Amino acid sequence: MAKSVAEMAPGETAVISGFTDDPLSNKLLEMGFLPGSLIKFNFKAPLGDPICVSISGYDITLRIEEAAIITILN
Amino acid sequence: MKRLKIALAGKPNSGKSSLFNQLTGLNQKIGNFPGVTVDKKIGFCHLDKETIAEIIDLPGIYSLYPRSLDEKIVTEIFSDRRNSDFPNIVILVADATNLQSSLLLLTQLIDLRLPTVLVLNMVDLAAKSGQSIDLKALEKQLDLRIVLVNARSGQGIQELKDILLQPPTLSSRSIYSIDKEMLPAVEKVKERFKLESEYEAYQYLQQVENLGFLSADEKSFIRETAKTNDFFQGKYQGAETILRYQFIQDLLHKVLLKNAGSEWKKFSYQMDKVLTHKIWGYLIFLGILFLIFQSIFAWAQKPMDYIDTQFANLSNSLNKVFPEGPLFDLITQGIVPGIGGIIIFVPQIAILFGFIAILEESGYMSRVVFLMDKIMRKFGMSGKSVVPLISGWACAIPAIMATRTIENWKDRIITIFVTPLMSCSARLPVFAILVALIIPDTTLFGFFNYQGLVLMGLYLLGFTAALLSALVMKWLVQSREKSFLIMELPTYRMPRWTNVGLMILEKTKTFVFEAGKVILAISIVLWGLASYGPSEDIQRGEDVIQNEIDQGLLHPLDREHRLQAYNLENSYAGKIGKAIEPLIRPLGYDWKIGIALITSFAAREVFVGTIATIYSVGNTEDQTTIKSRLKTEVNPETGGPRFTFASGLSLLVFYTFAMQCMSTLAIVKRETKGWKWPMLQLTYMTLLAYLSAFIIFQTLS
Repeated sequence: MAKSVAEMAPGETAVISGFTDDPLSNKLLEMGFLPGSLIKFNFKAPLGDPICVSISGYDITLRIEEAAIITILN
Repeated sequence: MKRLKIALAGKPNSGKSSLFNQLTGLNQKIGNFPGVTVDKKIGFCHLDKETIAEIIDLPGIYSLYPRSLDEKIVTEIFSDRRNSDFPNIVILVADATNLQSSLLLLTQLIDLRLPTVLVLNMVDLAAKSGQSIDLKALEKQLDLRIVLVNARSGQGIQELKDILLQPPTLSSRSIYSIDKEMLPAVEKVKERFKLESEYEAYQYLQQVENLGFLSADEKSFIRETAKTNDFFQGKYQGAETILRYQFIQDLLHKVLLKNAGSEWKKFSYQMDKVLTHKIWGYLIFLGILFLIFQSIFAWAQKPMDYIDTQFANLSNSLNKVFPEGPLFDLITQGIVPGIGGIIIFVPQIAILFGFIAILEESGYMSRVVFLMDKIMRKFGMSGKSVVPLISGWACAIPAIMATRTIENWKDRIITIFVTPLMSCSARLPVFAILVALIIPDTTLFGFFNYQGLVLMGLYLLGFTAALLSALVMKWLVQSREKSFLIMELPTYRMPRWTNVGLMILEKTKTFVFEAGKVILAISIVLWGLASYGPSEDIQRGEDVIQNEIDQGLLHPLDREHRLQAYNLENSYAGKIGKAIEPLIRPLGYDWKIGIALITSFAAREVFVGTIATIYSVGNTEDQTTIKSRLKTEVNPETGGPRFTFASGLSLLVFYTFAMQCMSTLAIVKRETKGWKWPMLQLTYMTLLAYLSAFIIFQTLS
């Protein structure tokens, strides 16, 4: 079972490996979540969800649910 | 005079709106795209003495594959050369600090063979980040003209205008090559529709259901072609994006002389540590809400009083100038106060949207979404519902229009449904007079004013009702569409005041024209209902009053006020008020209040004026007079006062919940494209108001 962005800890960096089969994966791709690129987990919202991550130098917020679509290698 | 059509496209947060404001200034207007309720922002700009550019600010998108109504519009315009909004030139606004994701759309525009100019915006920030770019090489690689712009300061605008004046050119590049197995279908569609590019034909096949301009015949041709040529929609969409990004990464690799550092964002991250902190974050947000609240009430009061007086004066002076007659009455008593009733809310709406604009411009609003999303989801909404709900304190109309940013249909419908429960500014005059009437003006612990506490309680009541109703709807509304939140968190910046000003102007205009036309129409109808009645009843008025004076029941000086009250009582509105009396008696109201309920259907604050007339107060400007008059009103059944604590509170709660606003219903109808939701909303809120008022009156009396 591949790890996903949802399982990362604040401050952690990883490489995106792909997506689980989900209709939102296209949207995530378009926003720049590219397989092979670096992703940094910045911080969580106070209630644990959503989270803020950095990819290619910009910050994106997404829910844990959506973060779970993005699989990582680290 | 030469006219040019220019479209602004780009991803959200690329500074598109700042550029639009720089180019067009005050020459902006909001229209609608035919058939849909998406705002169309257009503006005009003189490029030189002979050329006017009509500039259209398209909704922000990352790519041509749309996920919301707003986004669909862009795809439709760019893939339909017959579209009246099809541009001569597209300006692709890219965020220079984040080139990679900004350029995705550009590569699609190039493949569609649209004449495009690339604007690298926010060059000041890019410089601060330490990024350095070989512009000539980028221009050559893309075969496009590129302008460096700082849309906030206006740098580069003149250069952009000069480039727009030159004849549009096409890039010779082709970035995405369509897979061989798709080509037969693509060729057929290209041939049939005589399209400029293969990619355009590919888009027709990829998203035939999103392209509203195609006729049913054309659509079935496309579907048939796809079927017979084994074209599977969406099969290559992911691959296409990856290919495009590969191109972009290669390109950036070639032209970036120095990559951006992360130092420049340090300040923003520090801010985030505080503003999204688990305690400070919420405290600061509450503090900002309190400030907004305070300003709507305190700062808006003076201009509102001023507007009120001005319209009353206008009405009075027109009354003196005009001869008697129904048409002149209509103007002085129907139309002028009707317009006044709209304009009076402008200060509150302007202040509220001023705040919202500042919060959005600074980047803080995305943090509010971030902070509130989880809480709002529990109530079936999303973090993006916070702005509409807050706006609801000023007026439900711009608030409901602000729900368009919510992508998910269910989240959006719930937000639209509950927003009118947020106590809007029109309820305040009603609250003010009734609270003053039934709550003593004393303090709790010598500190909290009771009246203030009750007023706050009413706002909380509306807010709680909104949340609870949302919770119920979360279970009732079925949707297969999954809700999501994927959004950029921009770096914090100082708001640009021109943008704030233009947003205030835009929202105020929306309110005045959208709400205004309905309020005005209804106030005229209601004026008619309140001014006319069965003629025999009206004619008897003089005799009845003379009789009362003769019997010593009425002071002759009060004749005029008594006559007005008599006329209202016997008007059609009065008849309706009397007819519904049995229905509203269990709530503690009589037919006089019934009339006020009916006349306040266009705009709630009309309640005060109607009450003043029906109780023959005469001077509606003076709240103390109305108050003391209402205090002495006797309930014939009990012999006690009409406005007791029980009936007063019942009325307050009724006004908190009831949907007495035709303009809101009209907007909800427009936004949801049908009568179903506004009718459900009307029924639900009326029932909620009626039952709550019933329970309160029955338990308290």
